Amino acid sequence: MNIMNALLIRVAGLGASSLGVLASIGRLGLFLASLIPAIPYSFYRFELLVKQLYVAGVLSLPIILTAGLFVGMVLTLQGYYVLVDYNSEEAVGTMTALSLLRELGPVVTALLFAGRAGSALTAEIGLMRSTEQLSALEMMAVDPLKFIFAPRFSAAFIALPMLTLLFIAMAILGGYLVAVGWLGVDEGSFWAQMQSSVDWREDVMNGMIKSVAFAFLIATIALFQGHDAMPTSEGVSSATTRTVVHSSLGVLALDFILTAMMFS
Amino acid sequence: MDLTISTDNELTQPETLIEIKALTFSRGSRLIFNNLNLSIPKGKVTAIMGPSGTGKTTLLKLIAGQLKPDAGEIFVEGLNVHKLKRSNLYELRQKMGMLFQSGALLTDLSVFDNVAFPLREHTKLPESVIEPLVLMKLQAVGLMGARNLKPAELSGGMSRRIALARGIVLDPEMIFYDEPFVGQDPITMGVLVTLIRKLNDSLGLTSVVVSHDVDEVLSIADYVCVLSEGKIIAQGTPKALLESNSDYVNQFVKGLPDGPVPFHYSDETYQQALQPGKTN
Repeated sequence: MNIMNALLIRVAGLGASSLGVLASIGRLGLFLASLIPAIPYSFYRFELLVKQLYVAGVLSLPIILTAGLFVGMVLTLQGYYVLVDYNSEEAVGTMTALSLLRELGPVVTALLFAGRAGSALTAEIGLMRSTEQLSALEMMAVDPLKFIFAPRFSAAFIALPMLTLLFIAMAILGGYLVAVGWLGVDEGSFWAQMQSSVDWREDVMNGMIKSVAFAFLIATIALFQGHDAMPTSEGVSSATTRTVVHSSLGVLALDFILTAMMFS
Repeated sequence: MDLTISTDNELTQPETLIEIKALTFSRGSRLIFNNLNLSIPKGKVTAIMGPSGTGKTTLLKLIAGQLKPDAGEIFVEGLNVHKLKRSNLYELRQKMGMLFQSGALLTDLSVFDNVAFPLREHTKLPESVIEPLVLMKLQAVGLMGARNLKPAELSGGMSRRIALARGIVLDPEMIFYDEPFVGQDPITMGVLVTLIRKLNDSLGLTSVVVSHDVDEVLSIADYVCVLSEGKIIAQGTPKALLESNSDYVNQFVKGLPDGPVPFHYSDETYQQALQPGKTN
């Protein structure tokens, strides 16, 4: 009888958590439905957008550029050790550029952005909620969706693709320093092979499309988690964690789907 | 159980600004309001009192249209708040001011910018006009000298006074105070009590004060409603409330630990809890 009860409790718990997930997806849908019409408003209030671009974009630059430099250097180093066995070390530039443009650039930048800017967005909005600032805005007849959420969403949307490009540029620079400056790869071959094998639409644009998709995903998750956070310090803390975990896993899963669609 | 102290006529005689009809509201399985009826007169200070958890703040949010009732209607200036379009609701809210328990100042703005915020959002006034208006409101709450501070640099009492200045900067017709005296020292409490009364009289406002601080509320309110278990169990003037012979009102007004609202959370006795197998 006790085993039966324990089993029933487990099944009930599973049911309750499934219902919780479904309810959360429903709330996310409603949140998006109300947020999307408010997004154009962020371009009318340009000063709010610029401020958020600074917070999400400019303040993320140090981590993005530093990470880009080291990722490019490591990638080139590893690529060189493989290619040199086949006397193809000049192709290391091509390998670095294609890996970065197609996969690593958009994905690593998105993961870093989720950790740096996404978590900050959730914490900020969660705290605004717990300190009744969002309610106060509503009471002042100012729509928080237009005033708070829309500029942050648009800023993430604009900042992430730009950060991705900067990450890739920095990584290629890192690769150049390692390949040409340290390992002695011919400079002309390094750039010429890269230029001839990288396709604008196939590689650069597809990478950018990925980046835009990741920006949508991260901004949506970060803003929703902040909006949906329990108005307590524990609630804000767990919402911030959820943002980083859900965004990171979402980026990796979405990357697989997009890669399968783009390069099949 | 009808413990109404004064007749309803006393409340309906002055012009009514806010009319609550048959309001029912619940959170999950918990019924907060059960068929609540209330009229709030124009130009007066009306206090809504009751123990913690009776839904006083929820009532303010329902009046302001931030929450939707399960049943019933709320009319503000004759408009059914929950049937208004979003734009019309926001228009109505420009006539409302709300003082939140925490102050709810925007933390990234200075005191001056917080008070100027509603003016900048809702009017096209130039900065040369906004500045004297903001300073005037800050002067009214005695904090003009704090205009360059950030909210993090303010004490709790100062935050509430700044929030009050922000609440009245658009010259609203009504202002709602959510637990304005909680956690304040006696001096700040005295300042807030005086401000609420003076602002109401000098600006011709209608004030609704939600609180459980009996002495402070009774000293400034024109009318008092006492809420319990989703209903108004007593209403009238402060004098009538103090002279009430209702056990519940007496317990609440005098702060008695036991009475109609029991001291113990449940009926279980100490001996019952100690019986084998009962303790956790």
